[in-house]
Amino acid sequence: MFGGAFGATDGKAREHTISVLVENRPGVLSRVAGMFSRRGFNIDSIVVGAAEEPGFSRMTIVLVGDERELEQVQKQLHKLIEVIKVSELDPAEMVERELALIKVAADRTNRAEIVQIVDIFRASIVDVSPHTVIVEVTGDVKKVEAMVDLLRPFGIKEIVRTGRVGVLRGPKSSGVHGDRRRGLQAVGG
Amino acid sequence: MAVSAVDFGAAAAKRKAEQPAQAPARRREPRRMLGAQALVEALKAEGVEYIFGHPGGAVLHLYDALYDSGLKTVLCRHEQGAAHMADGYARATGRPGVCLATSGPGATNLVTGLATAFMDSIPVVAITGNVPRALIGRDAFQEADITGITLPVTKHNFLVRSARELPRVIRAAFHIATTGRPGPVLVDIPKDVGVEELDFDYPETVDLPGYKPTYKGHIRQIMAAAKAIAEARRPLLYVGGGAIASGAHEEVRAIAEKCDLPVAMTLMGLGAFPGNHPQSLGMLGMHGTAYANYAIQNCDVLIAVGARFDDRVTGALDTFAPRVEQIIHIDIDPAEIGKNVIAHVPIVGDCRTVLSALIEKVPEKKHPEWWAQIDEWRREYPLQYRPGDTEVKPQAVCEAIYEVTGGEAIVATDVGQHQMWAAQYYKVHGPRQFVTSGGLGTMGFGLPAGIGAKLARPDKEVFVVSGDGSFQMNIQELATAAEHNVAVKVAVLNNGYLGMVRQWQEFFYQRRYSDSRMWSPDFVTIAQGYGIKAMRVTEPGDVRAALEEARAHDGPVVIDFQVAREENCFPMVPAGGSNSDMLGPKGWIE
Ligand SMILES: Cc1ncc(C[n+]2csc(CCOP(=O)(O)OP(=O)(O)O)c2C)c(N)n1
Ligand SMILES: [Mg+2]
Repeated sequence: MFGGAFGATDGKAREHTISVLVENRPGVLSRVAGMFSRRGFNIDSIVVGAAEEPGFSRMTIVLVGDERELEQVQKQLHKLIEVIKVSELDPAEMVERELALIKVAADRTNRAEIVQIVDIFRASIVDVSPHTVIVEVTGDVKKVEAMVDLLRPFGIKEIVRTGRVGVLRGPKSSGVHGDRRRGLQAVGG
Repeated sequence: MAVSAVDFGAAAAKRKAEQPAQAPARRREPRRMLGAQALVEALKAEGVEYIFGHPGGAVLHLYDALYDSGLKTVLCRHEQGAAHMADGYARATGRPGVCLATSGPGATNLVTGLATAFMDSIPVVAITGNVPRALIGRDAFQEADITGITLPVTKHNFLVRSARELPRVIRAAFHIATTGRPGPVLVDIPKDVGVEELDFDYPETVDLPGYKPTYKGHIRQIMAAAKAIAEARRPLLYVGGGAIASGAHEEVRAIAEKCDLPVAMTLMGLGAFPGNHPQSLGMLGMHGTAYANYAIQNCDVLIAVGARFDDRVTGALDTFAPRVEQIIHIDIDPAEIGKNVIAHVPIVGDCRTVLSALIEKVPEKKHPEWWAQIDEWRREYPLQYRPGDTEVKPQAVCEAIYEVTGGEAIVATDVGQHQMWAAQYYKVHGPRQFVTSGGLGTMGFGLPAGIGAKLARPDKEVFVVSGDGSFQMNIQELATAAEHNVAVKVAVLNNGYLGMVRQWQEFFYQRRYSDSRMWSPDFVTIAQGYGIKAMRVTEPGDVRAALEEARAHDGPVVIDFQVAREENCFPMVPAGGSNSDMLGPKGWIE
């Protein structure tokens, strides 16, 4: 009935994407990352960038856990003084993107073949040298991974991925203003 | 002294009220001053009375500003002592304690004290110096990344990047430390910020958009709790430190009496309900009373107030409270709810505010059958020890302290068997009177915390119950007590062992007393060396007389009680076991 000590999963661990609006102050990233490591939560991916208003940043964090773990993560994040808002992005309601730069071995003999694959994926080639090309691909994780798989036979020299960012579809927002009106009052401590 | 910091809201309101009606709020003229002076002014504005600290290169500017500031500084002999004194001051009053240390080793010496305060949610503001801004990150002499180091053991911390920020940061530090779930906050001030000029204007409000603690409980949840309590047949009130932090002791008593609830307290909750009240079951958990643990294991409605289902309380979670049907969990920290156990009725809010609302909604009730059962447990399994004819029993000393002080003294403890005996036999009557390191279990806490408590409450008698091991972890603070004639009465329960370690080795390691037997110096001579009155007690018949003599003395006293060496602390739920299975003096309690 109690589900045992916290940390024990109920077997329904899945991937969650959470969007965290924070005050943009020095050290805020280490506070967030430190909370995860101290409490034994794993981060799959974390991306930080400026939010819609100066002075605020938004982090997109991807983690794997069950509902209870997710709830603890959200509550513990809320306790950080510089965290303004934490929201889970429902996979059915969000747009999620990642960008990857893939450096592939390529010469005259196979460049055309690579270009073809890139076109099919609506990706682009952003740099060409006698022995390499750099492919830029944007999309959800599946797309990025499929692209990587197809390029692998040519010989991948380097991959750089941004990690995933997400936003809710439609008018709903977890924005700086949305949040002063509602939600905030119920949390904290 | 100026206004107290906890009353800041009220003080601010008063200041506003004093302004002429209708007149537009007059803006105070900012004053030009140095960073160090600004810190002093800010501390004064917060109503700070004492600063517990130790100077060094990086805080010379700050100490210089303090020199003729009117604020009282207490020179501690080790920064850990300073942190614990600030902590003891806070526990005894509810007002934030302030400590101050230099960069590098001074700052790192505070860490144990901050972690202690953090685990027990105590409002402490720690100020550290750091190397000048231009040297930060260059491994300069006595540089330590103290904001990085203390990240996981503070509620929040700040690195002040310019003198201009100081008023806002200090205001925020005190606000964060004292509101919501209280906790320690550290402010790191690079040396050159102390001599940078600024226009000082102390803010009345804080701008912390991400920080808004919830005080009022949700009415629907409160109604659900009232219903569960009304329908309970075997209710139990489980009270933790949060009840003391929120000042809910009167409400705890009111609801307990209205609904005829038995009350069990955590180590941190002792004093939230009078220990001598007929409805008190004393402490629960690993060294709790058998009847409190049986009550937990048999209750149908468990009302947790400001408690966090710590493993020392619950034992093995899957065996905890097996007959419970409804858990009501009241806590100001939403993250505590659902962390260890899932509550049926979670209520996020301030314990006092929530309880006052709840009291209105619950009907008066009596539980004669439940009490008959509990009274039978009380008769059958009382808290007991075999009195010594020739030996001084440590439990008897705690009992005697209770009797001579009538349970009205503040008792600060160290960590070990003596701590548990003090918790069991000093049936503390009121809140903020039992000062102990619960969450972190920090040996060396007792003496400095007792000094802080005594300075905070000069009107109160303060006893420190210590062990021969713990006492030596901050024994240097005897100098601080002597210098300021702080009248703490230190009862050292000297058993020649790290007793709690020895007890575990006796039970779980075949009596292989690996480094738990301990040689100690002559504590009487040591105390006298500090110019402190000291006594040694070896006979059971002399215990009371020694305590009375200590009470009568106007100044600190150390009493070396040579107690039974291999006494064990019972009852005991072995770690990871079930609260239903307790060891007593005669083996497993049936
Ligand atoms: C700083 C610190 N180090 C180690 C421990 C582990 N520990 C817990 S109780 C204890 C023995 C305490 O001995 P003493 O103060 O003599 O008390 P007694 O148990 O004998 O009453 C020890 C070493 C601790 N709690 N704190
Ligand atoms: Mg000992």
